[in-house]
Amino acid sequence: MANGNKKIDLNRRKFLLNATSVTGAIGATALGVPFVSSMLPSEKAKAAGAPVEFDVSSVSPGQIKTTEWRGQPVWILNRSKGMLISLEANSDNLSDPDLKVVSQQPKYCQNATRSIKSNVLVVVGICTHLGCSPSPKLDKKGDMGAEWEGGFFCPCHGSKFDLAGRVYKGSPAPTNLVVPPHKYLDDNTIVIGEDQEEKA
Amino acid sequence: MPNNKNETTGLIGWIDERFPLSSFIKNHLTEYYAPKNFNFWYFFGALALFVFVMQILTGIFLTMHYKPDAALAFASVEYIMRDVSFGWLIRYLHSTGASLFFVVIYLHMFKGLMYGSYKKPRELLWLFGVLIFLLLMAEAFFGYLLPWGQMSYWGAQVIVNLFATIPFIGPDLAEWVRGDYLVSDATLNRFFAFHVIALPLALAGLIFGHLIALHEVGSNNPDGVEIKAVKDKKTGIPLDGIPFHPYYTVKDLIGLSVFLIVFASIVFFAPEMGGYFLEHNNFVPANPLVTPDHIAPVWYFTPFYSILRAVPPILNSQFPGVAAMGLSVMIFFLVPWLDKSPVRSIRYKGLLYKKWLTAFVLSFFVLGYLGTVPSNIWGQFNSLLPLLGGGDVATFVARIFTAIYFSFFIFMPYYSKKDKTKKVPNRVTMP
Repeated sequence: MANGNKKIDLNRRKFLLNATSVTGAIGATALGVPFVSSMLPSEKAKAAGAPVEFDVSSVSPGQIKTTEWRGQPVWILNRSKGMLISLEANSDNLSDPDLKVVSQQPKYCQNATRSIKSNVLVVVGICTHLGCSPSPKLDKKGDMGAEWEGGFFCPCHGSKFDLAGRVYKGSPAPTNLVVPPHKYLDDNTIVIGEDQEEKA
Repeated sequence: MPNNKNETTGLIGWIDERFPLSSFIKNHLTEYYAPKNFNFWYFFGALALFVFVMQILTGIFLTMHYKPDAALAFASVEYIMRDVSFGWLIRYLHSTGASLFFVVIYLHMFKGLMYGSYKKPRELLWLFGVLIFLLLMAEAFFGYLLPWGQMSYWGAQVIVNLFATIPFIGPDLAEWVRGDYLVSDATLNRFFAFHVIALPLALAGLIFGHLIALHEVGSNNPDGVEIKAVKDKKTGIPLDGIPFHPYYTVKDLIGLSVFLIVFASIVFFAPEMGGYFLEHNNFVPANPLVTPDHIAPVWYFTPFYSILRAVPPILNSQFPGVAAMGLSVMIFFLVPWLDKSPVRSIRYKGLLYKKWLTAFVLSFFVLGYLGTVPSNIWGQFNSLLPLLGGGDVATFVARIFTAIYFSFFIFMPYYSKKDKTKKVPNRVTMP
């Protein structure tokens, strides 16, 4: 071969070089997959999202309690009559009073109070902006100014939500707070993390 | 000896036949010619290198006692502070070093902007530098999670969620970075890996590249005069150059001494710097259920954080703010091609550039301050005012200075061309 063909077939060389490079690159990419995948949530982390139970009767009207689900705070707010009335007054100042962004609550909470029982609000206490936990500012007025109707205030970037977790206009948060899937086992016990069955 | 160009003998000679020891010392120290007119601003490159080495050394010793586990991390830092012999000193050296690293780097970058050190042929040198700055920010961010205090936790929560605002891939990307649905043990463990091995290694490589690029093109100087243009005809040595060693090694040692006085004063008398270097809320263990009332990043991130807060959501998306913050750092990469001025140094640039640079520095400070305080610090505009009514005064001010910050870069091609420059001398000037 060395004697017979002195002329080097450049096209052949180029083809072999390209083919080797492409095969090598595909191999290197494939090798990257296990490393990149290893950073995804592990099976253990995926399994940790078990549902939690909570006794609603432990929260008296006008009070709020926090429980933990999937490592996140979940608020259970028992709204008094006055709080429920104030909800109706707000709608002009809210970004999404009609709950058009349906991903923020399950179907059975797609209503004026964003809840199954009108007084009991169950909501994930994580701001939809950048994930801080807002502070409950349930009382009217107070340190939030004269026009405050009660709600939640995020200390990180100043997002404001009403007592149904709906975001006020002008807040950096783009959407309402998330209502997690939940259902009533009996009158007083809820399970957070499991969906209510649709009524026929 | 055929292999030995340096004509060295004995042990050094033996080495030189096998390894370019003497030539290395010559090329980079004793016969590396730096301009003779370096001033105060030229201390900070060497100081940055010193702080880098110190962070690596103190970091190694902290790693011996620290535990990257969500259940143990906070207590292990307290253990270092209280029970490990001189643990407090090593930890304070590391935490103070982090803040002073940024002080030194910001001054080093300001020097580059003043004297046009990014202009041809030093573009690549500048790009290496900006890349180092970028990785340094990542390094600091990863490190800040490790003490697993409230600020660590919620700071990481907010920053990782910035990625979640990227359209389409955002939420999955954030989950991948965290390795969980929220900042957790998995996140802490990987941030530890990034902080102690991945980024320091990458930084060391980039710093090496930065120095290689520097020694290839030679140092700029306060006059922006190319010293290689005027050489001694016999020796070929630049007439305005002096050997780096001993002249600048000795000068840098003086700079280092002064720096160490400042450094030690902070470490021994004000290691927390009133909450700016170590935030008060970080002395409370991380609690995923409660966000502290006021969260702010450490001071060196606050100018960029202010820009994030200043940009309002557009079309229900926070992404524009995140993009603006990213751009505020990335835009430094473009500086070599934005500056159309025929001269390098501010000494020969006109009033126009000086005004713009002053405005930029001012905006950096104002945004930096605003980033440390809540956005309602200056109250609200009277609700009767048109447009501004009811808005936070501080947010409005932050928007103005964000605009100035970006204008400095965006309009640079215009004002640097229009600017009236002075004639640059052939040789460097000495005071």
